[in-house]
Amino acid sequence: MNRSKIFTITGLAFLLGLAPDAAFAQVVAPQFRYLTFGVFAAIIAITMYVTYVAAKRVKTSADFYAAGGGVTGIQNGWAIAGDYLSAASFLGIAGLISLFGYDGFMYSVGWLVAYITVLLVIAEPCRNIGKYTLGDILAFRNNPKTVKTVMALSTITVSTFYLIAQMVGGGVLVKSLIGIDYEYSVIAVGILMLAYVVFGGMVATTWVQIIKAVLLVAASLVMVFVVWFQYGFGGPEYFAKVIGDPKIQARVAMLVGDAAKNMTPQQLGQRFLEPALLLKNPIDQISLGMALVLGTAGMPHILMRFFTVPTAQSARTSVIWAMAIIGGFYVLTLFLGTGAAMLVGPNNIIAADRGGNMAAPLLAQFLGGGPGSILGNLMLSFVAAVAFATIVAVVAGLVLASASAMSHDIWVGVIKGEHATDEEERRAARICSLLVGALAITIGILAQGQNVAHLVALAFAVAASANFPVVLLTLYWKRCNTGGVVAGLVLGTLSAIGLVLVSPNMTYPLQVKVAQQKIIDASTPKIAKLNVDLSTTTEPAALEKLKKEIAATEKAKKGAEDAIAKLGSDTTSIVGLEQPLINLRNPGLISIPLGFFAVFLFSLLYRDRRAEEIWDELYVRSNTGIGRAAAVTH
Amino acid sequence: MATQSFSWSKIESDPRFQALHRKKTVFLWSLMAFSVIYYFALPVGAAYFTELFTVKLWGAINFGLLFALSEFLVAWGIAYVYAKKASEFDAMADVIVKDARNIGT
Repeated sequence: MNRSKIFTITGLAFLLGLAPDAAFAQVVAPQFRYLTFGVFAAIIAITMYVTYVAAKRVKTSADFYAAGGGVTGIQNGWAIAGDYLSAASFLGIAGLISLFGYDGFMYSVGWLVAYITVLLVIAEPCRNIGKYTLGDILAFRNNPKTVKTVMALSTITVSTFYLIAQMVGGGVLVKSLIGIDYEYSVIAVGILMLAYVVFGGMVATTWVQIIKAVLLVAASLVMVFVVWFQYGFGGPEYFAKVIGDPKIQARVAMLVGDAAKNMTPQQLGQRFLEPALLLKNPIDQISLGMALVLGTAGMPHILMRFFTVPTAQSARTSVIWAMAIIGGFYVLTLFLGTGAAMLVGPNNIIAADRGGNMAAPLLAQFLGGGPGSILGNLMLSFVAAVAFATIVAVVAGLVLASASAMSHDIWVGVIKGEHATDEEERRAARICSLLVGALAITIGILAQGQNVAHLVALAFAVAASANFPVVLLTLYWKRCNTGGVVAGLVLGTLSAIGLVLVSPNMTYPLQVKVAQQKIIDASTPKIAKLNVDLSTTTEPAALEKLKKEIAATEKAKKGAEDAIAKLGSDTTSIVGLEQPLINLRNPGLISIPLGFFAVFLFSLLYRDRRAEEIWDELYVRSNTGIGRAAAVTH
Repeated sequence: MATQSFSWSKIESDPRFQALHRKKTVFLWSLMAFSVIYYFALPVGAAYFTELFTVKLWGAINFGLLFALSEFLVAWGIAYVYAKKASEFDAMADVIVKDARNIGT
């Protein structure tokens, strides 16, 4: 295969995705389009060069799956941060803080605390016992074919949920940042990611993740420096400005509704730094927290990173670096979010994107001099390109994890019974990557316009309820065996998905109709009253205002009618329910204990003498590293 | 998968390994329990101890904001404490690894 030719074609295909007929959104003015092209092209060129170099180094399947075990602890720490900090954390959390203050910041804490679980109980044993996949760890003590099959299915399930959320989120993001069509955005993300994974395997994926993490941290540091500089780098002084900001005070007044009447502007501003503007159900919060804190330690694409370092010590170093980078980044988001709220304003942020995702890019544009300036648009382009690189790097990690489960666990482990040559395995891994990539692009395009935000939480819930219990108990409980592993994976996965299907996350037509009917009922008399006012008013300015208000009310009414019409005669959700069975959006609180219970119960019922005999070997190896599977081939 | 070159059960029952196992188990799980309790104190506190969370301590900076920031410091602190302690475990494991072939053969 002529690699350089393929790279040229991939690059061209990507640039064609940015075809000139694409309608640019309001964020970047057409005369600054060249800046966006330039920055995107530069970042893509760097990652493509890295992939080209990496492709030459991928000679064995160990190189493809685990970068030959030749990644250092520090490099791996940056790569974990690059694998983990998705666009949801970069754009999403900064956005939540800019719109809801304290609650947005509180939400970010769980994403860091998750790594304590990884550091203390998972990373080092995984490095000592595993080779390329989670299936390898489970196969050590259990029936290899059975557990590899079930674990691979679970890996693919978790990664697919996460992948869909990333692809749809990425498509929407690229569309609103640089204005190309949604389908082109998804295809561009998909093709670029496939180029990294298929040619460069884990070597290229690692370096793309490192580059992305460095760019992300650098961009955030620069923005926070400029924001904080304006306010003299003080702590209390900075927050005094936050609570004194009229835009923030107006935002809080809108959020708290009637209660605002009895509050001074200063109190309204202070309220921005207090809990419960966004998160109103603490039980749901705790449920989500459990899924994050335990689920990260069951995420295949994260655990896979520990097979790329040579020793348990370097696995430890990598988690500590990852915690420093990820934690530092989340502390920066507090300033990005509050800075965007003060400088750009919550209303302008919502106008660009209802979920607040444009807070960081708009802040960059403002800091550089605003929408009309070259520097402002250059900074916006840079942040947009970083967000794009973020999505591609996360997606590459997810595709590699799914493809490894398919090729290493199912094809080589189960179908070929571990009898495949290294060349066959590498080819299988590349074909599987292409399959997963094609699937990701297809689902990404089909899922356009769907609300996929809860899929990330679902991925963490499945990882915490299925993957985490079986990996943890395989490593720490002597009695754990094949029966328990299979039951835990199946029950954990099904209960997490099942609970979401009967949760308030789904659409309940009757409830939607009642809510929309209220809007229609309220708008009909309002329009009538406005029309009466219209006929009695003569002043031009007031007339204009009334006309505008009538148009807005009619638009809202039309929207509500459309929403009802779209539902047609449906009265139940996709699983046939008129209303949710449980009041939890996050299933972890119930499904995680269920997953653990299933492993305990079925391990005790099934009993496997062999699994108990091998326990001594597993436990000694996991604690000492004796006989560690050497992924190192150089 | 099993390698036959070591006598795993004899290494496992070696007093040095048992000492490592005990020390590690107590240390890791108590640190883990502490970190989980400290983390969940944040959402629980924000929901049920709102009065405390809104107490202003340093200008506009209130208890809740400082507590959320302390979550980061505590997480980093745990990582630091673990890294220090883990080098002790490494040294204990090293002795066993060097002696592995002699144990029980």
